[in-house]
Amino acid sequence: MIRFILNQHTIETTHPEGLTVLDFVRYQQHLTGTKIGCREGDCGACTILVGTLKDTQMTYQSMTSCLMPLKNAHGKHIVTIEGINCEHLTPIQQAIVEEGGTQCGFCTVGFVVSLTGFSLSQKSATYENAIASIDGNICRCTGYKSLERAADRITQSLQHKNQNQSLEWLTTKGFIPKYFEQIPQRLLALYQQANGSLQQAQQKAVYVGGGTDLFVQRPEAMVHTPITPLLDQGTLKYIYAEEGNCYIGGAVTAEELQDNALMQQIFPDIRAYMKLVSSTPIRNMGTIAGNFVNASPIGDLTNFFLALDSYIVLNDSGKRRELPLKTFYLGYKKLDKTATEYIEAIYFKIPQPTDYFNFEKVCKRTHLDIASVNSSCFLQVNEDGIITQAHISAGGVGPIPMYLEQTRKALIGQKVHADRLQHANKILQSEISPISDARGSAAYKRLLLRQLFYAHFLTFFPNKINLKALIAV
Amino acid sequence: MLTTQTNTESLKTVMKNRDSHSHVSGKSIYVDDIPVRIGTLYAAVFSSPHAHGKLQELNLSEAKQMPGVVRIFTHHDILGENQIGGIIPDEPLFAEHEVHYQGQPIALVIADTEANAREALHKIKVDIAPLPIIVDPREAQAKGELIIPPRSFRLGDTAAAFEQCTYIFEGTAETAGQEHLYIEGQGAYAYPMENGSIRIASSTQGPTALQRTAAQVLGIPMHQIEVDVTRLGGGFGGKEDQATTWGVMAALAVQHLQRPVKLILHRMDDMKMTGKRNPYTSDYKIGLDENHRILAYEATYYQNAGAAADLSPAIMERTLFHANNSYFIPNVTATAYSCRTNIPPNTAFRGFGGPQAMFVIEAAIDHAAKALQIDTNIIQRKNLLTENSEFPYGQHAKDCEAKACWDTATEQYDLKKLQQEVADFNAQNELLKKGLALMPICFGISFTKTSMNQARALVHVYHDGSVGVSTGAVEMGQGVNTKMAQVAAHAFGISIERIKIETTNTTRVANTSPSAASATADLNGKALLNACQQIKDRFLELAARRLKVAVDDVLLKNECVYIKEEKTDFTWKKLVMDAFLERLNLSAKGHYATPVIHFDKAKEKGHPFAYHVYGTAIITATLDCVRGTYTFDSVKVVHDFGASMNRMIDLGQTEGGIVQGIGWMTMEELLYNKDGRLLSNALSTYKIPDIYSVPDEVSVQFLRTDNRHDLAIFHSKAVGEPPLMYGIGAYFAVRNAILAFNPQANVPFSAPITPEKVLMGLYGSK
Ligand SMILES: Cc1cc2nc3c(=O)[nH]c(=O)nc-3n(C[C@H](O)[C@H](O)[C@H](O)COP(=O)(O)OP(=O)(O)OC[C@H]3O[C@@H](n4cnc5c(N)ncnc54)[C@H](O)[C@@H]3O)c2cc1C
Ligand code: FES
Ligand code: FES
Repeated sequence: MIRFILNQHTIETTHPEGLTVLDFVRYQQHLTGTKIGCREGDCGACTILVGTLKDTQMTYQSMTSCLMPLKNAHGKHIVTIEGINCEHLTPIQQAIVEEGGTQCGFCTVGFVVSLTGFSLSQKSATYENAIASIDGNICRCTGYKSLERAADRITQSLQHKNQNQSLEWLTTKGFIPKYFEQIPQRLLALYQQANGSLQQAQQKAVYVGGGTDLFVQRPEAMVHTPITPLLDQGTLKYIYAEEGNCYIGGAVTAEELQDNALMQQIFPDIRAYMKLVSSTPIRNMGTIAGNFVNASPIGDLTNFFLALDSYIVLNDSGKRRELPLKTFYLGYKKLDKTATEYIEAIYFKIPQPTDYFNFEKVCKRTHLDIASVNSSCFLQVNEDGIITQAHISAGGVGPIPMYLEQTRKALIGQKVHADRLQHANKILQSEISPISDARGSAAYKRLLLRQLFYAHFLTFFPNKINLKALIAV
Repeated sequence: MLTTQTNTESLKTVMKNRDSHSHVSGKSIYVDDIPVRIGTLYAAVFSSPHAHGKLQELNLSEAKQMPGVVRIFTHHDILGENQIGGIIPDEPLFAEHEVHYQGQPIALVIADTEANAREALHKIKVDIAPLPIIVDPREAQAKGELIIPPRSFRLGDTAAAFEQCTYIFEGTAETAGQEHLYIEGQGAYAYPMENGSIRIASSTQGPTALQRTAAQVLGIPMHQIEVDVTRLGGGFGGKEDQATTWGVMAALAVQHLQRPVKLILHRMDDMKMTGKRNPYTSDYKIGLDENHRILAYEATYYQNAGAAADLSPAIMERTLFHANNSYFIPNVTATAYSCRTNIPPNTAFRGFGGPQAMFVIEAAIDHAAKALQIDTNIIQRKNLLTENSEFPYGQHAKDCEAKACWDTATEQYDLKKLQQEVADFNAQNELLKKGLALMPICFGISFTKTSMNQARALVHVYHDGSVGVSTGAVEMGQGVNTKMAQVAAHAFGISIERIKIETTNTTRVANTSPSAASATADLNGKALLNACQQIKDRFLELAARRLKVAVDDVLLKNECVYIKEEKTDFTWKKLVMDAFLERLNLSAKGHYATPVIHFDKAKEKGHPFAYHVYGTAIITATLDCVRGTYTFDSVKVVHDFGASMNRMIDLGQTEGGIVQGIGWMTMEELLYNKDGRLLSNALSTYKIPDIYSVPDEVSVQFLRTDNRHDLAIFHSKAVGEPPLMYGIGAYFAVRNAILAFNPQANVPFSAPITPEKVLMGLYGSK
């Protein structure tokens, strides 16, 4: 039995746990405000809010209901447009109307829901944050300019929000209906039951994090597949430092990663990096472990952690083993992992403030797109300007997420100098084997990786390295 | 007198889209939201896995045994004709002996649930003996695979004129296709009515096309088929002809099963099975005199039509109409081939062949300018159309605003300063470069097929004073329902709240043209005006009689009868009730056929367009020369709206069109492999602009053109398609930025200019 609150109603359902929340709300609950544009997380027409009770506070996050199994709704407050509508238009709806931000209307609900999620969030009321909240919503009609103007209006009204009593403020101002105030109490009972433990794993159940890979790849099969849900596993949700290492639970999402203070301290640019990864609703769902296990050669989180020379901790009913992430991949989508092992955690040595780290990604569309090529680079350089340690990863240039061992060796012991980098690039080119596909030709991927490799150094040493010297033949 | 209007106009300009309240609250109803009737069955389409071959065997036995499957339909079940071709009868509903593209429908599975219908698809077995596959239109042309014979438009004598030219440049230019990516996919829901009639709720731009085709396939008269359209979640041309297939399939199943049947395409099926904007590859030859005046232009277009005609012949025609874009060229020869290939039949897409032609002439001019080492915009400006300039098809430019738009844009936005900023920036930056381009447009308004330029409207005034309006216009986000409500409210002098716009329904308004060619508001608005006028005339006559004044002295405004400028207490409500009690007819059917236009295909000359729309855009891009990625700083436009009747809607169409055009030119990459398989077949591989890829600034100035365009509804010019073509400037802005980094770069005129092409250009050499 899956139990949750849908808008103001408590739901108890025996529908398959792999049924998507989208199909459940539209075709079982007849709430047709939530639309279907793609069923693969890429358009945002199906966006809903998922409310989680933490202590006595609710946090709401936008998610794409087309990729969310009912199982992941257990113990949550699920909000669709029907649960947002008030007697009058909300200020968010009003702003979109006033600015002409809706034409055919098919995408519009998704925008309203995402922006309502923004109004409910702790994020500060800036225009940039408002826009970021709709980075997973695609509109084919408006060209977004009117939606930008609407977002600007909304930001201005939210600047008066009282952060301490935001729920009351929002209901008073008509952003959300009154019933939201009762949700924490109503959810308390449900939520405690939601933390089913891993030991209850069913036979043949499939581990599901956010489902953002599984439900894209196997939507029809997933409906009837028993699920071991990991996204909400408290035991897999942590980020801490200990003895110079940083430990991250397998169920930590990309959004949690970038919002984490420790991560921000270690990687001052982490928000900029994560901005290049999927979209707000997908980052709210997609987990690190899911990214690793999906084993896409262009997985961004995999690429990121490879260049930190990370280790993963596998757990099989309490039996643990550790291995370097770079040895996890045996071949295309082949892993050094049994079916029952799950990724409990990942850890890496925390870089020193004097170390260098950078993440690069280029795709057809800068945001909400999968990389043509991505690359991360970690570097230590001593006082004499000699490279003493290097880890370089590259995606999209081979069957697995690549750790470039030879390139690394070619760098260590060298000075940071254009001709040394050119030489390293030669080695790099011999290490990779890109193929032509929808994300680019093999020749392009080679050239692009060269450029991203150079981009690391242009970023680290803007005054020492210049592009002209690097590309000179 | 021309003035650029910057402040908002009176009442009629601030009217918001009527649907916006229901849109933002999720209460608007699209096909898949219609409450399902008891007994509804669900359909899924089985389509060809091969691009070309002989259908040897279709084995349905296992699929038929699957849970929930009710029936599987093939061409054998068609009682009428297995034919859905609109212009040319060359396209079956279901493949019979051969398949001609991957994704061509072969069978339709009907089951109790959508999931069961889709599950059964996997059990259908088909044996196809492969035949040679063509995806390249030039190859098709060489092998004589043409949809229709080639056509040529001619003005002057290019052969003689090239002799006079100081400079001649030749080259090739190509544009890839474009997926419509309406966010609401294709779909229809059909249900049985009594006596063999069928009602189809459809997401179509062409209700009559669906009605006609369904009747033909089912073998019943048109009056047995009722098509009803509430609204579309986007169309852009993709649902002009290609919504028909799904509506007909659902109706066919209803005919046999007498149960409601719903068919909604999943996105990947939609992308795989439906056609897109036609890709083109073209050759050009341009000749100039020593003053950079273009004396001669030749272009040969190879249109990739896909596997069947669909609308490609008409699209090809519009390509020829726009061969010279916004320029006067005294000697033109433009020839077009519509080439049959093994990809899905391509179709209408905003601009309808026009943008493809404009890209070629812009490429030719840019080629010339780069070779002559002058600014492209010098040649552009010098050759703009002027009053009475002759188009290659014989029409003359009237009320020509080409120079007005250009000059207003370059002055108001200070082109000199913008160019200086770009030059300074490029001098100061090694890793980033900027590029700037201008894009003038001229777009003809009317269906190029003269007979399609007709429309009807039905108006009921109810005796409580409320008004119901039906037209042939389909609301798909372009705001036509709002404009129709404005027309009726204005005609009767009453509040817009009294007007209801009904669904578009073939039983209320028959024999309609599709909502397309930017002409929907003009045609239907004029027909509506005609209907309102008939009722109004009856009312005015009554009012004059009652008030004992001359009919010419009474008018209707502000919900009242006025005698000259003086308000009476004869209100709208009282007038309507009195008319009813006097047994006057409170309803009227209006009709409109665009006057003036004609075209003689034998001579390829005539006057095909009611009027032209003009404009100019200045586009600036910034290029990251390390990574090959780019952003757009600004698109600054002066556009000829005539006297816009709804600035909010027209601005929305302009902004949306620009971004869609930029998408086509930059990131939207339709990739077919040589087996005719679409590689970018999902939103994860086919990218359209997101909120971060739109230009930082989009400025739109309304060029005010003093009410001269009588064929535009309320002198408000058509706006649906033209702004898309400003996007072409994005291609050239990026190209210029590449050349700023690497003057030796070899950047073929090939759109879209993806980050891949950019990087290869930046680091390649000639
Ligand atoms: C629209 C969209 C955009 C995307 N953009 C990007 C992008 O820019 N960059 C990128 O890298 N990825 C992207 N992705 C892919 C995806 O979001 C990420 O790979 C994400 O991290 C997957 O996590 P998940 O929890 O959703 O995985 P799931 O789908 O839940 O699981 C994926 C696989 O991992 C297994 N699994 C999950 N958790 C564990 C565990 N703890 N232990 C063992 N096995 C486990 C599952 O069984 C399954 O095999 C995108 C996806 C979508 C839908
Ligand atoms: S339907 Fe497109 S994101 Fe869910
Ligand atoms: S309004 Fe049509 S997709 Fe956004």
